[in-house]
Amino acid sequence: MEVINGLNLKDTELRLGLPGAQEEQQQEVSCVRSNKRKNNDSKEESAPPPAKTQIVGWPPLRSNRKNNNNKNVSYVKVSMDGAPYLRKIDLKMYKNYPELLKALENMFKFTVGEYSEREGYKGSEFVPTYEDKDGDWMLVGDVPWDMFSSSCQKLRIMKGSEVPTSL
Amino acid sequence: MGLRLPSKVLEHILSFIDSNEDRNSVSLVCKSWFETERKTRKRVFVGNCYAVSPAAVAKRFPGMRSLTLKGKPHFADYNLVPDGWGGYAWPWIEAMAAKCPSLEEIRLKRMVVTDECLEKIAASFKDFKVLVLTSCEGFSTDGIAAIAATCRNLRVLELRECIVEDLGGDWLSYFPETSTSLVSLDFSCLDSEVKISDLERLVSRSPNLKSLKLNPAVTLDGLVSLLRRAPQLTELGTGSFAAQLKPEAFSKLSEAFSNCKQLQSLSGLWDVLPEYLPALYSVCPGLTSLNLSYATVRMPDLVELLRRCSKLQKLWVMDLIEDKGLEAVASYCKELRELRVFPSAPDLDEANIPLTEQGLVFVSKGCRKLESVLYFCVQFTNAALLTIARKRPNLKCFRLCVIEPFAPDYKTNEPLDKGFKAIAEGCKDLRRLSVSGLLSDKAFKYIGKHAKKVRMLSIAFAGDSDLMLHHLLSGCESLKKLEIRDCPFGDTALLEHAAKLETMRSLWMSSCFVSFGACKLLSQKMPRLNVEVIDEHPPETRPESSPVERIYIYRTVAGPRMDTPEFVWTIHKNPEIGVSHLAIK
Repeated sequence: MEVINGLNLKDTELRLGLPGAQEEQQQEVSCVRSNKRKNNDSKEESAPPPAKTQIVGWPPLRSNRKNNNNKNVSYVKVSMDGAPYLRKIDLKMYKNYPELLKALENMFKFTVGEYSEREGYKGSEFVPTYEDKDGDWMLVGDVPWDMFSSSCQKLRIMKGSEVPTSL
Repeated sequence: MGLRLPSKVLEHILSFIDSNEDRNSVSLVCKSWFETERKTRKRVFVGNCYAVSPAAVAKRFPGMRSLTLKGKPHFADYNLVPDGWGGYAWPWIEAMAAKCPSLEEIRLKRMVVTDECLEKIAASFKDFKVLVLTSCEGFSTDGIAAIAATCRNLRVLELRECIVEDLGGDWLSYFPETSTSLVSLDFSCLDSEVKISDLERLVSRSPNLKSLKLNPAVTLDGLVSLLRRAPQLTELGTGSFAAQLKPEAFSKLSEAFSNCKQLQSLSGLWDVLPEYLPALYSVCPGLTSLNLSYATVRMPDLVELLRRCSKLQKLWVMDLIEDKGLEAVASYCKELRELRVFPSAPDLDEANIPLTEQGLVFVSKGCRKLESVLYFCVQFTNAALLTIARKRPNLKCFRLCVIEPFAPDYKTNEPLDKGFKAIAEGCKDLRRLSVSGLLSDKAFKYIGKHAKKVRMLSIAFAGDSDLMLHHLLSGCESLKKLEIRDCPFGDTALLEHAAKLETMRSLWMSSCFVSFGACKLLSQKMPRLNVEVIDEHPPETRPESSPVERIYIYRTVAGPRMDTPEFVWTIHKNPEIGVSHLAIK
């Protein structure tokens, strides 16, 4: 993984793929063969890392640890309209909306407006939205924090002008 | 020869010998010693349920009080053994029920246990006291209810990481009101909610209860109420530690814990909110064992907890502890003997957890009594391994999992050969070793040469050739269990060291280059080995030289087993049988 100056270059890579396609196609393979040849004259050659597909039984963890772990750390991508690259944050680091919004404000150097249930965010040109488990784009803040943090897949800080009135 | 020792005297002497290894030696001296020993053995251990027949064991040890059995190969824990492979408890329960009615304790690991088995246990052993099922599957909560209802003197009921068909929390209510003998109850792997009032009453009437491990469905309120009724607990597995932050809830919890003055072991802590951790502070100074591996606690909070645990001997934690957390452990937990660090995001390529090899180096330097390590880390260095080996020659168990397969020393780009050489050479008492990262045949030459006491060795994605296996099988004198996956070798070394395999409990190889032809030869050569080919496709449909998916080879006096599923092929011993029958199911 290449991370230079905090930028994860993979996120801005041009790729073929349908919009919204899963970034990592997870395919189970039953084994990974090293590219190293059996005889010794390839000693200096280092094996290229295996394709980033899921290897059965690796890392060696019992399944209850693997399932649990998805709950413990939940990284989601954050994009901001007009920003050249995406960021990633771990939602589990925050306990409520104010903490999350503050972190986003710091990360992207903007201020979010005043939230009200009736009118959404007012007083700023940026509106925090998120994509939930069903693929719908929602306004950040409408549902209780726990519900949000377990269903949020992606965050997008939209420019106020882009926000459709349906939100 | 001299006077023969009267059997009564021998019996008396043997009553002081608990170790089964010693008893096995005693039984080889002569026939009468064999007879006296077998009649007096109370605790029977069978490391591979297919190595010997249940009937033979039941007949040999009629006075058996405790039976411990292991079934599936260890790699079954990581889904490498297909479902239905085997490891059935039923034949054993049936045989013991018939011949050993005074059996009181059954401990099973990685076995298939049905409700029928549990009902049979409940019905057959009048004074049944202890049931411990570890990594077992095949039963439902109905079977547990049968045990609870029928075993009047049940002391221990522990379900450790089992896969149970959960039909609800009713099973708990089957403990009769007259049952007061419980010492240990572990239902942490069950999902359903049990009725808290049933649990409260059970706990209240069990004055000997020392160990209680709840499932995540038990709330913090429930926990408080239970702790109030069982302040004598020495081991506690909490339920879910998530709750709305309420001031009086916190103080109630704190008070409940502070009354548990004998608590030594703490686990569970699912979904723990860092704000609730201070409730545990009062028990920290007495803790010898702490399992935080399901607790999403992060750095500053973790250290606040751990710096109070000066007596801690066993710590299981996630990599959220980071290097700096481990540095703190190294300075506060001077009694530490066992450390396990699990990855919080094992499938995530881009997790930036600041846990590196340095964390383990800190602990190796600071904790003089450290003897057992399980460490997951993205990458490692030879230098770190050298330091660890130099500082901790007393290591008995060293399992390093470098998560990236084939990852070299990330500073020098070399294989980790030198590092593991240092471990093998420096840690002379090493009993268990798991290696990972980029390793050439050389690493295994060193391991073979120096790791003389290693009994269990696990290898993945390593080595260049058959030499690797050759070094291990010719060098590691104490080797009992060898498990290998995704390594590029097979036939030659295996056939050359066939005799060695009979001195071991088992050998597992998956995704290697072992051909069907070699399996056949090996089986024919070694009558007391079961050579199992575990493959989706019948091996005979392919050329003999083509590699099979998995092999499992184990010594046995019971012959080929009769309960193999369709994907397991046991090689027939008789070379005269024609090609079409060479593999039997």
